[in-house]
Amino acid sequence: MEVIRRNAMAEPFEVKDCALIALATGMEAQNLRELADRIRNIPTGSIYYHFWGGMLRPTFDEPEYQNDFAAWAWRSLHDPHLAERLALIDPTGFKEMEDLRREILDVVEERLDESPYIPWAKTGQRFHFEKSQIVVFDTGQRLQEPHELVKIIPHLSLGSVFYHMIDARRRTDRGRSDFSEWLASFGDKYKSVVESLSGIDPYFTNLMALRNEVEAVLKKYDWERGE
Amino acid sequence: MSALLEQYAKIVGDDVIDQLRQLAARLQGMKVVHINSTREGGGVAEILSWLIPLKREVGLDVVWEIITGEQDFYQCTKMFHNGLQGNQASIPESLLEGYERTNAEYAESMREVLRDADFVVIHDPQPAPLLGLFPDRRGKWVWRCHIDLSHPYRPVWRYLRDHVEHYDASIWSLSQFAQPLSHPMYLIPPSIDPLSQKNRELYPGEVNAVFDRYGLNPDIPLITQVSRFDRFKDPIGVVQAYRLIREYTHVQLVLAGGGASDDPEGEEVLKEVRAEAGDDPDIHILLLPSDAHREINAIQRASDIILQKSTREGFGLTVTEAMWKGKPVIGGDTGGIRLQVVNHHTGFLVSTPEGAALRIRYLLKDRENLEEMGAKAKQFVKSNFLVTRHLRDYLTLMNAISHGTLDRIDL
Repeated sequence: MEVIRRNAMAEPFEVKDCALIALATGMEAQNLRELADRIRNIPTGSIYYHFWGGMLRPTFDEPEYQNDFAAWAWRSLHDPHLAERLALIDPTGFKEMEDLRREILDVVEERLDESPYIPWAKTGQRFHFEKSQIVVFDTGQRLQEPHELVKIIPHLSLGSVFYHMIDARRRTDRGRSDFSEWLASFGDKYKSVVESLSGIDPYFTNLMALRNEVEAVLKKYDWERGE
Repeated sequence: MSALLEQYAKIVGDDVIDQLRQLAARLQGMKVVHINSTREGGGVAEILSWLIPLKREVGLDVVWEIITGEQDFYQCTKMFHNGLQGNQASIPESLLEGYERTNAEYAESMREVLRDADFVVIHDPQPAPLLGLFPDRRGKWVWRCHIDLSHPYRPVWRYLRDHVEHYDASIWSLSQFAQPLSHPMYLIPPSIDPLSQKNRELYPGEVNAVFDRYGLNPDIPLITQVSRFDRFKDPIGVVQAYRLIREYTHVQLVLAGGGASDDPEGEEVLKEVRAEAGDDPDIHILLLPSDAHREINAIQRASDIILQKSTREGFGLTVTEAMWKGKPVIGGDTGGIRLQVVNHHTGFLVSTPEGAALRIRYLLKDRENLEEMGAKAKQFVKSNFLVTRHLRDYLTLMNAISHGTLDRIDL
């Protein structure tokens, strides 16, 4: 297959992988007021973990609510209003974790203002704040040409999908996936596929489905004609 | 790829195995020692029996050692177990002295191995004092707590905390179980081995043979709880749930379990269960040897619904086993069961014998839902609770722990 010639400036794509391990912080909340107080002070890594960590830890594939705060509001506070509002917060819309922290606090504070009493959870159902350590390692695989992505995507581990599609948003200036960043480094040649990749919503899904979605976008793209 | 890893790859996929090998690449040849108090019986011994060969398979130099003692040592550690799960009973000073003496004697017999190991994993309270007996240790020492410590009897926890506080890290099955400690507290849920005798696929003939062997009727629904005879597993509550169902539907109940060599209370609880069951011909109490893994496998597969009506549970590996066999689980709303039984999806969480009876009746009536829940349960275990995920967590921890508390570690 004749493909678009590679930009001399573009570096090979380094395929990396990651594994995430959760840690208990020892911090917990028994009621909504305590949740707000803790959220104000916890490290941003803990907020990140409670939004994204579910993708790499034991969770059910069909969660009713996508982040841990919303799930707790539903299961333990039995407050569907709050759960729905928290669930609607999409972390992909926040480049800075501090902005995400403020958004969660706004929603929680608003609910506290509305409530005639402070919603409490039963003793055994406190919210436990967790955080994570992420171990990143190089798989040794290198891609020279963009079209090689098509072949490699289905074989990526889920850790690798997380690293390049989700973790990348924290690392890259434009908050995009590593695939988009790499393709963009070839100039405008791959503009349309970069746009398609950027259009994938990585939040309301799981890593296996996300891998399939990326594969579908890359397969659909005509690498010979560049469209 | 080795033959063993190839077998796992067939179940979980090549990408999962490749990831394990890459995570293990930086740990090749490291000397790892696991210590617990029994090689047979109970979930900890089972996990180690399959986790350790897999660790060796990816290039670690792993040994599994057992701390043993006299009767009073086990009496003391059983009191620890009960106290840490909330039973308010103080441990006599004489038993604590025996406990510490057993650890000191064991430390002497293991001095070189433990001093020189790169990584030592101490399981549960039995060998916890060992750390304090190795001031010249070279490697990282981690305390692995398999117990639900969410509501401990404080005097017992305070005593144990003095022994575990100084470990380099601890591992807990759930954050709810973790008591605050000054070191990193990692969260690693346990797992099952899909290739083990207890979990591998069986021919239908082998499954159906259990009906004849135990006098069960294949035409009547079978509900089963597999677990040690331990009050926290609430076998009496299971019998009570069965009686409530029998008012409406003809069912059979199997309570299958054995003793663990470090559990002196099993016989007493078994007597209580037998008394509760009376002479009901449809209640089958099976006391199985600790190595009857294939038999338990067949019983679980022959059952329609599995119960694990625990009132306290560290994790509940029997729940994972049942789900892996495509069975919905009616589980006590406690501990690690909550992590596995997704209410209304992979089974039901219950708090009373009445709740268990209600859900069993519902599932027996709605067979389509029963099958669907079982299929979801199997997929859930495949994604989250197989030994390959467990090994990945251990390898990640081993890589991470040498880099302190950094959020991000680039190897």
